[in-house]
Amino acid sequence: MEELLEILEDLHPEVDFETTENLITDGVLDSLDIVTLVSEISENFDIAVSAKYITPANFNSAKAIWNMIETIQNEG
Amino acid sequence: MTRNVIDYLNRIVTICPEKTAFSDGEVSLTFRQVYDQSRAFASFLHESGIYKKPVVIYMQKSPAEVAAFFGTITAGDYYVPVDDTMPAEKIHMILDNVKSPLILCDDKTLEDARSLETGGARVVLWRDLLDTPVQEEALLDIRAKALDTDPIYIVFTSGSTGTPKGVCACHRSVIDYMEQLTKILGVNENTVFGSQTPLFVDACLKEVYSTLMFGATTYLIPKYLFTAPVPLVEYMNKYKINTVCWVVTALKMISSLGAFEEVTPAYLRTIAFGSEVFPLREFRKWRKACPDADFINLYGPTEATGMCCYYRVDRDFEDGEPIPIGRPFPNREILLFKEDMTLAAPGEEGEICVRGNCLTLGYYNDPVKTKEAFVQNPLNPFYPELIYKTGDIGRMNERGELIFVSRKDYQIKRNGYRIELGEVEANVEKLPDITSAVCIWDNDKNRLVLYYVGNVEERPLKKLLTGKLSDYMIPNRIVRLDKIPQTANGKIDRAGLKKLYLSKRK
Repeated sequence: MEELLEILEDLHPEVDFETTENLITDGVLDSLDIVTLVSEISENFDIAVSAKYITPANFNSAKAIWNMIETIQNEG
Repeated sequence: MTRNVIDYLNRIVTICPEKTAFSDGEVSLTFRQVYDQSRAFASFLHESGIYKKPVVIYMQKSPAEVAAFFGTITAGDYYVPVDDTMPAEKIHMILDNVKSPLILCDDKTLEDARSLETGGARVVLWRDLLDTPVQEEALLDIRAKALDTDPIYIVFTSGSTGTPKGVCACHRSVIDYMEQLTKILGVNENTVFGSQTPLFVDACLKEVYSTLMFGATTYLIPKYLFTAPVPLVEYMNKYKINTVCWVVTALKMISSLGAFEEVTPAYLRTIAFGSEVFPLREFRKWRKACPDADFINLYGPTEATGMCCYYRVDRDFEDGEPIPIGRPFPNREILLFKEDMTLAAPGEEGEICVRGNCLTLGYYNDPVKTKEAFVQNPLNPFYPELIYKTGDIGRMNERGELIFVSRKDYQIKRNGYRIELGEVEANVEKLPDITSAVCIWDNDKNRLVLYYVGNVEERPLKKLLTGKLSDYMIPNRIVRLDKIPQTANGKIDRAGLKKLYLSKRK
């Protein structure tokens, strides 16, 4: 989780990712952020984030993203 | 001949009044509703004595905002769209420039609007005005007095000095644009647009006015869907969207995140793109996913009303070969002027200049900047005739197609060598692990700085470039970013990048 928070804070230092929800529905993360985030997550956690995981529900909060990472890790 | 864009609405409402005109998937307006609401708002403006004035429309991207645009024009006024995502500082600069007597809001923006220094402008709420009784006679009178050279909107585009410039367009140029564009896109009553661009840029003209002309339907796609490739394609399939005019970044998002492995757009037949270079790797994924679709590259400056050149992709391209911007729409001419203001020969580079009644009226309340960019045609000393200088450099290829080369401002000389920053960027982007690359030039320190996004470290990247680029093109400094900053429009924010660089320069 720490590693993920670091990635997110690099992207948006102004956002408190531990408490913010609705990252997608409120427009905190935009199209380019998602592209960056997916590539960072893939690299740092050595997983392949396939398109079906890239949904508003999975990216709306740091916790949701973390749950998604764990799901993908367990799959593999 | 159509002389007023509202004639499109007046005509279509008699043909298909109950058809959905604009929808965001939740709220929809039929042509009848657009017509009725726009006339109620126009009547309110008339009652308020607002005529031939700029009217600020400060609303979320919604079907109601589109109806507000038409209402403004129906009242003989011109709309100035500002967006709920714009910083207050920018809105203040716009208000200072246009000095609008009225700011129209929706429930989302009302509070923010009230906190603005409006310079005496009245702040009103859209839904409060919809019951205004229609002043039939007054609206007819306004229509009768309108000329096709009267303004209909001002959209603000970023200015190199930091103050936004308000590009002001009239009926005539928008009508001319629509007549040509709809033929090129093949718009008809069965067209279903999926609109990606915000309503405060001229890019939205394509969907908004084409819909009125033909009784098509436009879905204003919620912005958050552009973070979710599979749900976005599913949304397009749900509403049977068959035509899109998107910035390349939006198309790239879908293909680069692998959405096509899950779902492909089932109904898309026309895919127009522009404003940026489409990397061939991503472009090929799109062609594979939508083999029956027409792919059209569009090019044009806001100052010449939307787009003015197009290229329908009709062949394959080699890696690194640019997709042309093609040929001008009918009724406009592209002139390529060299620095001595003589015409560039085929193959030679020149500044892209546009001629024709697609030219907008200029920058609102800014005669100085208008005179710099809208100038007398150097080939014609005999009568007044303006051309617009885009600041873009282009050349004709051997097929007679126009190729965008670079911005005029991004050509540099380094150690006597002429370098197009675009060339360095294109070469970096060809590397497998690079998503995007932007160069800036620090003239003071003779330093070429490369910013990039990708899965490779800075030092190894420099090594990779040795041998790919001429030595004199190798950047001095290479900086990896999480993302390339963008303007509201989705274009690369070079000015922002330069600022970032200067703030960190020691």
